[in-house]
Amino acid sequence: MNSRHFMNKWYLYLFWPAAGTILFILASTGCNKPVGEGDGGETIKVGEFASLTGKEATFGISSHEGTLLAIEEINAAGGVLGKKLELLTEDTQSKPGEPATVVNKLIARDGAVAILGEVASSRSLEAAPICQQNKIPMISPSSTNPKVTQVGDFIFRVCFTDKFQGDVLANFATKTLKAKTAAIFTDVKSDYSKGLAKYFKDKFSGNGGNISTELDYNGGDKDFKAQLTAIKSANPDCIFVPGYYTDVALICIQSKQLGLNVPLFGGDGWESEKLVEIGKDAVEGQYFSTHFHPDVGSELGRKFVEHYRKRWNGKSPDALAACGYDSALVLADAMKRAGSSEGQKVRDALAATKNFQGVTGVITMNENRDATKSAVILQVKDGKYKFLETVAP
Amino acid sequence: MTEILQQLINGLALGAIYGLIALGYTMVYGVLRFINFAHGDVFMLGAFAGYFLSPLVNRFLPAQSYLGAALVLVLAMAICAGIGVLIEFLAYRPLRRRPKLTVLITAIGVSLFLEYTGQHKSVFGAAPRKFPDLIPDTAWHFGGLVLNTNQVLVFVTTVLLLIALTFIVQKTKMGTAMRAVSFNEQAAALMGVNINSVISFTFGLGSALAGAGGILFAMNYASIDPLMGVQTGLKAFIAAVFGGIGNLPGAALGGLILGVVETFAGGIPGLSNYRDGIAFAILILILLIRPAGLLGKLQTEKV
Amino acid sequence: MHSGAKRLLLVAILVAAVVSHFSAQFNRYYLGVAIDIGINIILAVSLNLINGHTGQFSLGHAGFMAVGGYSTAKFTLTLQPLLPPWAQPLIFTAGLLLGGLTAAFAGLGVGVPTLRLRGDYLAIVTLGFGEIIRVFFQTTEAFGAATGLTGIPNWTNFGWAWGGAALTVFVVGCLVNSTYGRGFIAVHDDEVAAGATGINPVRYKVTAFVIGAFFAGIAGGLYAHHKQFLSPGGFDFMKSIDIVVMVILGGMGRTAGVIIAAVLLTILPEALRGFAEYRMILYSLLIIVLMIARPQGLFAFRRQKN
Repeated sequence: MNSRHFMNKWYLYLFWPAAGTILFILASTGCNKPVGEGDGGETIKVGEFASLTGKEATFGISSHEGTLLAIEEINAAGGVLGKKLELLTEDTQSKPGEPATVVNKLIARDGAVAILGEVASSRSLEAAPICQQNKIPMISPSSTNPKVTQVGDFIFRVCFTDKFQGDVLANFATKTLKAKTAAIFTDVKSDYSKGLAKYFKDKFSGNGGNISTELDYNGGDKDFKAQLTAIKSANPDCIFVPGYYTDVALICIQSKQLGLNVPLFGGDGWESEKLVEIGKDAVEGQYFSTHFHPDVGSELGRKFVEHYRKRWNGKSPDALAACGYDSALVLADAMKRAGSSEGQKVRDALAATKNFQGVTGVITMNENRDATKSAVILQVKDGKYKFLETVAP
Repeated sequence: MTEILQQLINGLALGAIYGLIALGYTMVYGVLRFINFAHGDVFMLGAFAGYFLSPLVNRFLPAQSYLGAALVLVLAMAICAGIGVLIEFLAYRPLRRRPKLTVLITAIGVSLFLEYTGQHKSVFGAAPRKFPDLIPDTAWHFGGLVLNTNQVLVFVTTVLLLIALTFIVQKTKMGTAMRAVSFNEQAAALMGVNINSVISFTFGLGSALAGAGGILFAMNYASIDPLMGVQTGLKAFIAAVFGGIGNLPGAALGGLILGVVETFAGGIPGLSNYRDGIAFAILILILLIRPAGLLGKLQTEKV
Repeated sequence: MHSGAKRLLLVAILVAAVVSHFSAQFNRYYLGVAIDIGINIILAVSLNLINGHTGQFSLGHAGFMAVGGYSTAKFTLTLQPLLPPWAQPLIFTAGLLLGGLTAAFAGLGVGVPTLRLRGDYLAIVTLGFGEIIRVFFQTTEAFGAATGLTGIPNWTNFGWAWGGAALTVFVVGCLVNSTYGRGFIAVHDDEVAAGATGINPVRYKVTAFVIGAFFAGIAGGLYAHHKQFLSPGGFDFMKSIDIVVMVILGGMGRTAGVIIAAVLLTILPEALRGFAEYRMILYSLLIIVLMIARPQGLFAFRRQKN
């Protein structure tokens, strides 16, 4: 074989794709679209990035459905500043690496003036620097890790942080459940779960409580008997499970099977009709904190549940859908107050959000651009969620 | 002490499921020298088949009866066997002559295809569903230990299927044909074995096992979703390799050992978050000491 | 012959640098995709050395990428606030080299124990190592654990990515086409025969892993400074499989083919974005169809193995 011939030929192969790609960049849009141009036309372009497929699709889809419903209702009521909102949704496939690409696309190519997303703090963290660098406001519906809004002053969230919820639940355990010891069972793959566990632990210990044992699972696991058996041996007064309903339902079932009869409780990741559907009587009597409940919420909350069911074939909204809905409402409200869809103005209006009535409660942005809201504690009774108490920040 | 015994029970129950799925992997590999990545997804389809079949069966038979459950199991196995044969025919057969890596990538493609199509809202949708209770699940308590009927059922079924499989492979004509093909495909063809039917049969049988695994798994862990096969399939695959791929009792044994080790590791605070890593670490260790797996035979390479 | 190749390398790097200089003019999204392409070329070509040229079936390449990425990121995150802006390219280069070296070390750690293993066993063990590395980063707080490593400065531009790609192609290509490098292909074709003719298969296999891992580590470092964020979930076996698909599609061992496959498989998901919910379904179907229609890889038209 003639190696000289062979080698020269394949260098050419690197050259052509290189040339081709450069041409591709130049040809496609040559220049950078002036950022935030997306209201030159008849619509205001709002970008959304969510996990519509992949491991966390069930959460991403919920959040998206809430957001979309809100946008549709806003448009039906006349839109914002005389124009309709156009929601451009991109799928992040539950994969790291995608949010960066996708948010770049929404901003640079599609001309979005604001970005909504994501549920998972890690994916929000990936996209936030890009939004910040481009001075595009970003609102996360349900990322609870404090770091998200620390990225910059263009990044907001409409939910409470892990710290607040962790404190609420620790106080609940000490005061209402009167627990002296607690076991913590964390989803090690989820930073939401880990964050909530950490803050709970700090507060619970601060309240004089004792953590009997701490165990972990991987989100998506089905078998928890190993860890639950160890928890049973540690004999705690209660078990804190700051995870998602997809796993919590099975955890409750298996703890019942093993004869663990202490209360289990967790955060807003529990909230979904699936919890009761899968968990059945194993979740009966357990507790969790979340953003709202039709009994205490406003008329707005009740209407939201009704409209959501109608729009999405009888499905009941979970906490993520409600947050997604609110993220869109808060954005629209800020645009109206700012009188413009320009990045800096919207950002300032968002920061000034005070006592905004959302379906997840009354939202005020604090100096960290986190929403100061109350949490509610619910208990599962007769297959439904019963309201127990509200905890204000 | 109670805790250790309980963990042992938990581990064996979990291990039985891994073993059941591993049987399918190992059988297909034994005959075809091919890792069917889509096996875990056929397992998922089996569970969903059971989900949809159960209400249908309950129209004729009383709900939660053993007969109804057995019928659902058999039907689901049949459906999965059909799916397996179809996949083989469409995606693997055209690549019969090609290097194994090509088929492997195709298998990965099939696996992804099944997962993402399942997640689409017009198919199953991404949200988890509750698997219906096929039989009433009772818990037996003795001492401080708990054992569930579903757990026992898995164990018993795995053992029965292992025996049945071994019988098929060792004593029937088709089994002999399968063994012939696994030794040397070309020679078997020369001896008059119909390669196509043997391969189709192997796939059908392996997929039926996956389907059974799916139903039994769903009976124990009642939440099903299109991605349920990914983690479990991977673990079962590890179990199959660990026990010696191509070796039926090895797969069952590998599954049991993996289940027990994983369970014990999972019950130790501080170690439980490394659970996945530990499973792989054990695998690597065993393969370094015994490269062919626990019960596998080392293939001497002819020069 | 070699001077011709060196000249091409310099031209390639120069072109990349020039394009990079003007990159503020280009659309950020397309530029981002182009950088992704450059990074994927490095990944694919480095894996090709292990899988394609040397015939070792490795399914854990994302693990090496992770090691390199986290090492580089930790290095730059620690040093960046301490040094003035003009030192940035220096820190970055040093960081990348560090990333490459730690990854190479990991490659050694994987290559040596797996020497006795063949084919499918090797595959599962490398997959295992990849997962263990992922679990390690997922549980270690110093690297951000499940939350990930944030705030990584955005230093990867077109020049770095494509310059790196050109360098990788150059090094791997020169290596394989040299007299020494023929050993890789000998080990791939028939390990026992190679051993009989005086080629030490152990040395070649380990070298392949180490060099392949080195470049994967550099790709990881570039990736970290492009996405500005690292998360352990992004380095699972699905990522390894993405790279493996590029190598197989390109025709194992065909460097040119592998490069083109990397370009195509990076652009393809972007092109399919318009189809949102069907995107991954179409992608998986495409893999199946391509494998059936042209299983030797899209660009394998030269070397026949009997």
